[in-house]
Amino acid sequence: MIKLRLAQGIILGVTLGLAVGVGAYTFVYARGYSYMTDDPEACVNCHVMNEQYAGWVKSSHRSVAVCNDCHTPPGLVGKYTTKARNGFWHSYYFTTGWFADNIHITTRGREVTEEACRKCHGEIVGAIESHSTDLDSQTRCLKCHSSVGHMH
Amino acid sequence: MSDDKTNVGEEEVNAKPRKRRWLRFWGVVALAVVATVFGLALLVNIFQRKQEARNPFFRVVELTDDTVDPSIWGKNFPLQYDDYLKTTDQVRTRYGGSEAEPRTPTQADPRSIVAQSRLEEDPRLKTMWAGYAFSKDFREERGHAYMLDDQTFTERQKVTNQPGTCVNCHASAYVAYKQLGGGDIVKGFEQLNKMPYFEARKLVTHPVACIDCHDSQTMQLRVTRPAFIEGMRMWKASQGIQNYDVNKQATRQEMRAFVCGQCHDEYHFSGPEKRLVYPWAKGLQVENILAFYDEQKFKDWEHANTGASVLKAQHPEFEMWNQGIHARSGVACADCHMPYKREGALKISDHHVRSPLLNINRACQTCHKWSEEELKARVETIQTRTFNLRNLAMDALVDLINDIKAARDAGRNDAGVTTAQDFQRRAQFYLDFIESENSNGFHAPQEATRILGESINFSRKGQVALRNRP
Repeated sequence: MIKLRLAQGIILGVTLGLAVGVGAYTFVYARGYSYMTDDPEACVNCHVMNEQYAGWVKSSHRSVAVCNDCHTPPGLVGKYTTKARNGFWHSYYFTTGWFADNIHITTRGREVTEEACRKCHGEIVGAIESHSTDLDSQTRCLKCHSSVGHMH
Repeated sequence: MSDDKTNVGEEEVNAKPRKRRWLRFWGVVALAVVATVFGLALLVNIFQRKQEARNPFFRVVELTDDTVDPSIWGKNFPLQYDDYLKTTDQVRTRYGGSEAEPRTPTQADPRSIVAQSRLEEDPRLKTMWAGYAFSKDFREERGHAYMLDDQTFTERQKVTNQPGTCVNCHASAYVAYKQLGGGDIVKGFEQLNKMPYFEARKLVTHPVACIDCHDSQTMQLRVTRPAFIEGMRMWKASQGIQNYDVNKQATRQEMRAFVCGQCHDEYHFSGPEKRLVYPWAKGLQVENILAFYDEQKFKDWEHANTGASVLKAQHPEFEMWNQGIHARSGVACADCHMPYKREGALKISDHHVRSPLLNINRACQTCHKWSEEELKARVETIQTRTFNLRNLAMDALVDLINDIKAARDAGRNDAGVTTAQDFQRRAQFYLDFIESENSNGFHAPQEATRILGESINFSRKGQVALRNRP
């Protein structure tokens, strides 16, 4: 019985060890840690957003805002929840390849970005906001300024 | 392990919890195995993408300036080649594309599938082209893959003797030019034009291929058709730019339209040497082209019903695109017809050349942030309006042709008839300019409706001219 238990322990240890080891190596090889940072380079790890990145490098906002400033909400919790959520779906779609080439921002993502404009431009926007609860008649920065961060 | 010792006596009693422990153990192992497999699969996938990004292509064969066969190029560029092969598809859009119609192959024409006959769809075309080979066989164009076969086996070959000039744009002709001209493509071009079609046909084996648009060493785009080089030189000269050399002076983005413009334009066969000439010496607009033909006193044929000296317009896509908002915004043919696509970590041009309506996400949504349905509806609105106006213009032209015929049958041969014949030449060329253009107005919507409007005006003016009896 003791032998059996020992064998079980070894099997469990090896399989779990492999899983953790492979997982850890994949994480490091895929530069998983970079996703915890604000570095815009992290967003082009997988090439899908090369155009957006190239557009940002040439945009007016490159010296004042990085990807996370406009694409995550304020506060640590909001920021990392959004990162985790987007990260999961991006990995899912980009690994499977089940996505259309010209990627589009989600409704939720658009709202995050829309709010992000107000982090810096709140004062000037405040004066022209309609404060309507109806989404369609609200002042939408992105309607006219969709290319300030990057084209496309 | 110490637990085991104390529990030895209870083991037989506790067979069930032991079994559960057993299950739990293997459950955890199974999960860990699945996680490892998944982790490795992901790792391999990421590795593969990183490798792809590092090496955009592998040179496995040596390409030279004489390699015509696209399958050899395909060994170095398998992704582009795979897409290139897909131009055999036959898919309809609302106003374009081709339907695959089965036919019984014969000795003379081994094709088992052809595209639908446009003459049967609209018999008025037979009236417009009466006395010309196009009134015998005219089908919807199929993809690039069929250009050589459809030219070789069209009924038009049987009713008239076509010159070798046709080969310029219905085959990969670059290497044939070089062989005929002893290395000089212009000399080879002149030789090719003069030959009878079926003699010239023996010199070529492939439809348009890699070498027709790409330099074999650098893959840079380049123009290989002397007619386009000469046409562009004439057009630029009319704007005051002398000795324009398209291969030296065009930008990369311009070349992404010019390589298509090598063939997708209005042309005529000039003189007894049947030289392929693009009629751009006065400009690219329909009136500039007609003025050029008038000056040359050129006609394609004499109309069988009316005796008018008439012209056949041929797919002026390059000319019409030049009049549109997309050209004005710097959007090239390739941006919509060969949009960028992603293959793994690589970004390539889609070499499956086709209607953007079959590829809206890549073709349109790069710039236009609207849903696919909305974008398609916008295009079809433009095309429906153009198509309706084209039908009005076609009716007007047929009315004029019938009136001229009736007048001549009644023995008239006065100035009124001559004027009407001249109006027919104009009306017909303007209408055909849009009819033969492969976008149903989309390449330049306002220009297309202007031209059709003027065509209707010419037809009706021709009818009025007939009222002036001597």
